[in-house]
Amino acid sequence: MASVTMTVNGESVTREVEPRMLLVQFLREELRLTGTHVGCDTSQCGACVVHVDGKSIKACTMLASQASGKAVTTIEGLAKNGELHPMQAAFREHHGLQCGFCTPGMIMSALDIVQRHGSNVQEKTIREELEGNLCRCTGYHNIVKAIQAAAASM
Amino acid sequence: MNAPTGIGAAVPRREDQRFITGKGRYVDDLNRAGQLHAVFVRSPHAHARIAKIDSSAAKALPGVKAIYTGEDIAADKVGGLICGWVVTDKHGQPHRNPPHPVLAHGKVRHVGELVAVAIAETLAQARDAAEALDIDYEPLPATIDLPKTFAEDAPQLHEEAPGNLCYDWEVGDREGVEQAFSEAAHIAKVDLVNNRLIPNAMEPRAAIGEYDSGTDELVLYTTSQNPHVTRLILSAFIGIAPEHKLRVVAPDVGGGFGSKIYTYGEEVTCLWASRKLGGRPVKWVAERGESFLSDAHGRDHVTHAELALDKDGKFLALRVKTMANMGAYLQVFSTCVPTYLYACLLAGQYLTPKIFCEVRAGFTNTNCVDAYRGAGRPEATYVVERLVEIAARDMGIEKTEIRRRNFIPSESFPYETPVLMTYDSGNFPRLLDRGLEMIDYKGFPARKQEAERRGKLRGIGLSCFIEACGLAPSAVIGALGGGVGQWESANIKFNPTGSVTLYTGSHSHGQGHETVFAQIVSDLLGVPYENIEVAHGDTGIVPFGMGTYGSRSGPVGGGAVKLAADKVIAKAKKIAAHMLEASEGDIEHESGTYKVAGTDKSVNIAQIAFTAYVPHSYPEGVEPGLDETGFFDPLNFTFPSGTYIAEVEVDPDTGIVTLVDWVAVDDFGIVMNPLIVDGQVHGGIAQGVGQALLEQCVYDKESGQLLTGSYMDYCMPRADDLPALRVETTDMPCPHNPLGVKGCGEAGAIASPAALMNAIVDAIGKDIDMPATPEKVWRAIHGGRMAAAAE
Repeated sequence: MASVTMTVNGESVTREVEPRMLLVQFLREELRLTGTHVGCDTSQCGACVVHVDGKSIKACTMLASQASGKAVTTIEGLAKNGELHPMQAAFREHHGLQCGFCTPGMIMSALDIVQRHGSNVQEKTIREELEGNLCRCTGYHNIVKAIQAAAASM
Repeated sequence: MNAPTGIGAAVPRREDQRFITGKGRYVDDLNRAGQLHAVFVRSPHAHARIAKIDSSAAKALPGVKAIYTGEDIAADKVGGLICGWVVTDKHGQPHRNPPHPVLAHGKVRHVGELVAVAIAETLAQARDAAEALDIDYEPLPATIDLPKTFAEDAPQLHEEAPGNLCYDWEVGDREGVEQAFSEAAHIAKVDLVNNRLIPNAMEPRAAIGEYDSGTDELVLYTTSQNPHVTRLILSAFIGIAPEHKLRVVAPDVGGGFGSKIYTYGEEVTCLWASRKLGGRPVKWVAERGESFLSDAHGRDHVTHAELALDKDGKFLALRVKTMANMGAYLQVFSTCVPTYLYACLLAGQYLTPKIFCEVRAGFTNTNCVDAYRGAGRPEATYVVERLVEIAARDMGIEKTEIRRRNFIPSESFPYETPVLMTYDSGNFPRLLDRGLEMIDYKGFPARKQEAERRGKLRGIGLSCFIEACGLAPSAVIGALGGGVGQWESANIKFNPTGSVTLYTGSHSHGQGHETVFAQIVSDLLGVPYENIEVAHGDTGIVPFGMGTYGSRSGPVGGGAVKLAADKVIAKAKKIAAHMLEASEGDIEHESGTYKVAGTDKSVNIAQIAFTAYVPHSYPEGVEPGLDETGFFDPLNFTFPSGTYIAEVEVDPDTGIVTLVDWVAVDDFGIVMNPLIVDGQVHGGIAQGVGQALLEQCVYDKESGQLLTGSYMDYCMPRADDLPALRVETTDMPCPHNPLGVKGCGEAGAIASPAALMNAIVDAIGKDIDMPATPEKVWRAIHGGRMAAAAE
């Protein structure tokens, strides 16, 4: 067993875990933060995207122990004092989700896209940057709209 | 003023609050006290005899509670999985219906078939145990595709199905069609493969079975589109428990697209094992690889079709021969998809007076094939709309003109087609006109020229489709072989304080029922939107339901809400009359206010609900309470229709197809929530584009191994594969639906493949099959030149 300490959504947590435990398992099983989803077994679907030290990462490709000492933000950590993050609000306003399963990863990736490309990010860039996030419900149309709208307001 | 929340308002979804904050509750998010974990062992062979299963080493591993095989399940007299639709073949015989065991027994018939289950304290221990199982297989030759599975020397799957034939079925007028063909001025022909698809809902299937020995009750938490149907199948056919001792809960479900209609072996096993293990809950969650192998696949048709035309391009007759792959076993709707949901839609939007269609359905050593978004109707639309554009090219008639010459005129509804359907309504020229206007069809030649200057091939393609939604009425479905009723139920329960809970038998796995059904109730009863809660997905809470598939929630589920609301209003009038000391006939209802006609005396629905539950002064002969249920069994299918137009550019050097514009004009009847309806269309288009450009399920033709078993091998549509989509709806109500609704869930997936393939064919001037991958397109463009160079 390995001792892992990290900050998750602003709170410090320490757990003894198997060395092979993935970050996504750590979040879901140890911390019961089930907003981060597992949609595939080949690191392609992006349902498990979280932020580690401010950068988006697929939590199924990182061991929990690799995140030790780092700051992790999950979908549960975005809303502050009951107020939705503008990206969350934009996904709702523009109907950027249907079944909701890809949504947490989609929102975390979207934030990273806006952080890197700024508030004037273009539709083409957003579409290319979403390469690592699969959605089967929306046809991406409203996801792209939501990200552009949120970017402009952030 | 508050934003509108009634029927037709673009209300943002209330369920989003939990999904965007990580509070959605999918089956994998649930954990029951004391739960065990199940890992299934699946067949590595497409076809083999199971010679021996030695579980002694696996059982000895730490944490392992049980290893079960097909023999254990069979010994407990657990029934097999079922096909719910008996198709009567052309000789009057029912389709061949071989047994479909929960866990394989004696033989395996496709890669990924369930063979055994390992159940342990932790998931890792269950995995170790599954790996430690020692299974000897004696491989048999396999048969993978059509038409080879019908060959005399093809390996045989089932004793019950000689020649691997499930059924030989036909519909229409064979002689009439032959006669019309003999008199035709032109015959347009096409050979088409409708590529096999893997549904890929983003949430993998999952199940938790839990037995309570104190009450002798079983609970199944599962990823289902129709929990009541699952309960019925588990109870009446598989015999796992009596219906009243079985509760099926489908909480938040992450997409279905058909693949979560069915009852699968994993669900049965988890339930059965929990009882076997004294009530410890047993949880299973699919890995994506298991989803690829075992979620029922879609499509997989091979078709030859011919259209007879007179000298003016009028359609005289349509003749279609289709082979449909059923996979190794039948699932709930497998048999009806290539028959009633396919051949009966071959009239499309046209006045084709004679149609004849033959369908041969066959077994192969592949996973089950069943309904996937659109189910039969995308295949029909693809045949008709590809053939129409081929005929137009053959005869030198402009492709919109040939359609106009053959459209069923708007004044001729109800219109009886030559293939069993009676279309209720439609205005096809109007849909086409609007689509052409939106995409600036007239400007296309100039755009094509401009593209040519850049070295690109530009094409435009149409798909004018019609589909049938909301399978109904029950009596007709029964006459055609369907095993269940096709109604829906809704229960409107007022609380004494005037708020409402609506219990609907429809199931949302992305469709947004919690919002839309609340809008409907609010609109009909005048209860504030925020005071209405919508409950679904739990047989322990919702009285009854048939679930969500075939675009039925709006037309059928919504219809049931309307019936229940009408009963509420009727009772409320009686109570209001008493409260206002007026006669019932004088009470008028509008938006929740019950008024004595011609006066200013009124009471509102909240006051009436309170009185109904605190009936101190109450009309004689009226029961207390305000709680009404509606069961809606429609008079007919609904028939959404539309025009989809795709515009593409093909790079002749790379074969890459770029979608440059896309418009869709749909007639869905009355639109309940345009935000949600547009979203349904977008998603359907993406799946249609996926089928036409990217997706194909491939099995190795010899070994039967699934070659496209992960997201690295199976190409899912991504954001940059799609353009911004321009979608519109009209507002032509369905004449026989209580809310005028036609249904919108599948249109995009039904219409899009034909539009896109027609556009590609228009661009490159060659016929090709789906998916139009860059390689295939490049070869089609350069085939001649390459062949010449090779000589």
